[in-house]
Amino acid sequence: MLRRLHSEQPESFAFTAENQKWAEAQLTKFPEGRQASAVIPLLWRAQEQEGWVSKPAIEFIADMLGMAYIRVLEVTSFYFMFQMQPTGSVAHVQICGTLSCMICGAEDLIAVCKDKIADKPFTLSADGKFTWEEVECLGACTNAPMAQIGKDYYEDLTAEGFAQMLDDLATGKPVVPGPQNGRYAAEPKSGLTSLTEYDSGKTQYNASVQLAVDIGDGVKRIQGNEVPLLTPWVGKDGTVAGRTAAAAPPKAPEAAKPVAKQVEETKKAAPKPKPAEKPAAAEEVAEVAPETLKEARGGLPDDLKLLKGVGPKLEQTLNELGFFHFDQIAEWGEAEVAWVDSRLKFKGRIERDGWIAQAAKLAVGDETDFAKKAKKDGRYDDE
Amino acid sequence: MLKDQDRIFTNLYGMHERTLKGAQARGHWDGTAGLIEKGRDWIIQTMKDSGLRGRGGAGFPTGLKWSFMPKESDGRPSYLVINADESEPGTCKDREIMRHDPHTLIEGALIASFAMNANTCYIYLRGEYIREREALQAAIDECYDKGLLGRNAAGSGWDFDVFLHHGAGAYICGEETALIESLEGKKGMPRMKPPFPAGAGLYGCPTTVNNVESIAVVPTILRRGADWFAGFGRPNNAGTKLFAISGHVNNPCVVEEAMSISFEELIEKHCGGIRGGWDNLLAVIPGGSSVPCVRGENMRDAVMDFDYLRGELGSGLGTAAVIVMDKQTDIIKAIWRLAKFYKHESCGQCTPCREGTGWMMRVMDRLVKGEADLEEIDMLWDVTKQVEGHTICALGDAAAWPIQGLIRNFREEIEDRIKAQKTGRNSAIAAE
Repeated sequence: MLRRLHSEQPESFAFTAENQKWAEAQLTKFPEGRQASAVIPLLWRAQEQEGWVSKPAIEFIADMLGMAYIRVLEVTSFYFMFQMQPTGSVAHVQICGTLSCMICGAEDLIAVCKDKIADKPFTLSADGKFTWEEVECLGACTNAPMAQIGKDYYEDLTAEGFAQMLDDLATGKPVVPGPQNGRYAAEPKSGLTSLTEYDSGKTQYNASVQLAVDIGDGVKRIQGNEVPLLTPWVGKDGTVAGRTAAAAPPKAPEAAKPVAKQVEETKKAAPKPKPAEKPAAAEEVAEVAPETLKEARGGLPDDLKLLKGVGPKLEQTLNELGFFHFDQIAEWGEAEVAWVDSRLKFKGRIERDGWIAQAAKLAVGDETDFAKKAKKDGRYDDE
Repeated sequence: MLKDQDRIFTNLYGMHERTLKGAQARGHWDGTAGLIEKGRDWIIQTMKDSGLRGRGGAGFPTGLKWSFMPKESDGRPSYLVINADESEPGTCKDREIMRHDPHTLIEGALIASFAMNANTCYIYLRGEYIREREALQAAIDECYDKGLLGRNAAGSGWDFDVFLHHGAGAYICGEETALIESLEGKKGMPRMKPPFPAGAGLYGCPTTVNNVESIAVVPTILRRGADWFAGFGRPNNAGTKLFAISGHVNNPCVVEEAMSISFEELIEKHCGGIRGGWDNLLAVIPGGSSVPCVRGENMRDAVMDFDYLRGELGSGLGTAAVIVMDKQTDIIKAIWRLAKFYKHESCGQCTPCREGTGWMMRVMDRLVKGEADLEEIDMLWDVTKQVEGHTICALGDAAAWPIQGLIRNFREEIEDRIKAQKTGRNSAIAAE
């Protein structure tokens, strides 16, 4: 299915004040620097507020999480719950059409949608109140057939009952979600066959329906003030218990910033003088400058590209630093490696690819597996 | 039949008190600190002895999975991630745990995380379960309030947090590495393994991903002993299990039963029999959409456990989501619907799956109408074999198996339909 930005987009997007607070609270669930994890809940809240996810909403959330716009767009288009076009003002109706529901009558429900809403899915009804779609398994298979309208599951449906329900929703009459055939939850309809011994008298509704009735926000556009905002995991001192106890996860790779920001930052950074190059590994191994050459001995440099991990670009850099021969590299010790490492800006690469061992072999005329392959397929010949 | 006192999920239908107080009255959160005091090795060994196999579909031994986690931190934290992305067609068991018996899951999360040296647990819930999310979050809030979570959780000396997170309608996020990707805020595309999550999972840290049911049964197993749990079911298929029976039975339901119960007993005791009687049974998918279907006549005496369904019937227990189809069902169309499902849910990363699922669905399309040649059945079989085993994750396999099950078990029906269509067309031409 083709999912792309809708042709008509609103001017702007912003969370309501309460939703903004809610969104910021979500970020505390994740370790420092991992805010991108919250992208799905935030997009979802944006959809709950507006009815669909617009381009400004995507950009707003990307900015909030320090993510590139394209990353948030691709998340939006990957997950099917995000509606990328406007939906009905009252509700977007989702009929589960997968196997269990299909063999129990989902096709009749879809016929009702075609009749009452629109012939095609994702199309606004004539009065603009509804849209519909067929979705894949909603995970209420023993209560088939069923539909999700707004936040709630309407289960054990019949075509007539479902049609009536759409009429009631359109006129604002209250409808109670959950099983529509007198069942309580997922127990056998004819009566309990197990768990009769713990009887404590039941509440009126099962847990899902009770919440729906208590909060009453089934098809409401969510403002954030429906339920109080709780973040019990943040302790009184403002820290999260489990996170302070354990070590922090490794830092996330620097997130790409939106282009607009990058441009801004370059502008800001431009007049400043370049900070002096600092040895990155100072605290680990003191750097010692290795012996370097002004030019290749006899003007005949070795082909450093025969080292696994060195390409044309790195070779050039090595030459500029003053390395032209395998024997030079083979002589590096730990301190020299640290010196080169901090100048190559490929931390750890020398060790990871084992340059020194390779160079030692190549320096005395031996072959390495990589060098053989590189020569044979002539991978650098056209450079 | 399993007795009520041997059932772990005593509030499966939510008819009883759903609060922490109610859960405690039914025996949950009882002596949790004492269980933790017995130490990591004891917990993991008890889980191994209990014979619990993962309840998410693959049936990997849970205790063994936990033992892959590093014993000592190398500076990185460990994570427990609970897979509550219940999306396998036919499966609706975890939903009942999360909305009606959430404290089994939260207590299990604490104990399991301690056993794996994890201070943090993320529960990844499918996006559509909105009320279930609210119910589970309410239970978590209550636990924080009563000191069962957070600093010194339940008086165990272990600092522990549970965070509820959710997806947004992608079946593939039930695959553990796709789930991790999604939890990191990306598209849910499965990762190559190795490295396995126990080495580098969420945020590059050691991670174990377990199904909701696997975690929720842990406290009860530890309290009642490995022998008690291992006493149910045949060897290597131990324990009790939630079965979700949907489709053409008189009373579809979710119910906890002992493993290795016979299919007939399960249906007769809890579901009021097959619609139209046993002679009207056409086919059964015994473990969720990803396992091949089985002909009705082979199913009546079947033993509902991992080894029997796999070994004797060439199918599988999967998530124990039983889909029953009677003789009024168009079985070819039923499997076509599953093919459509997999086409819709393929993440698009691996070519054999992305293209293959569409291919298979389009051929199935024509088989439903009978507008195909007989040779195309073998061609379709061939395609399923080319998808199966050639993808990063198991979605390709899962898409191939239902179709293979159909061809293996209902080849005659497919052929009849093609022939009827052909002769129908021919006689129509002849009549003109």
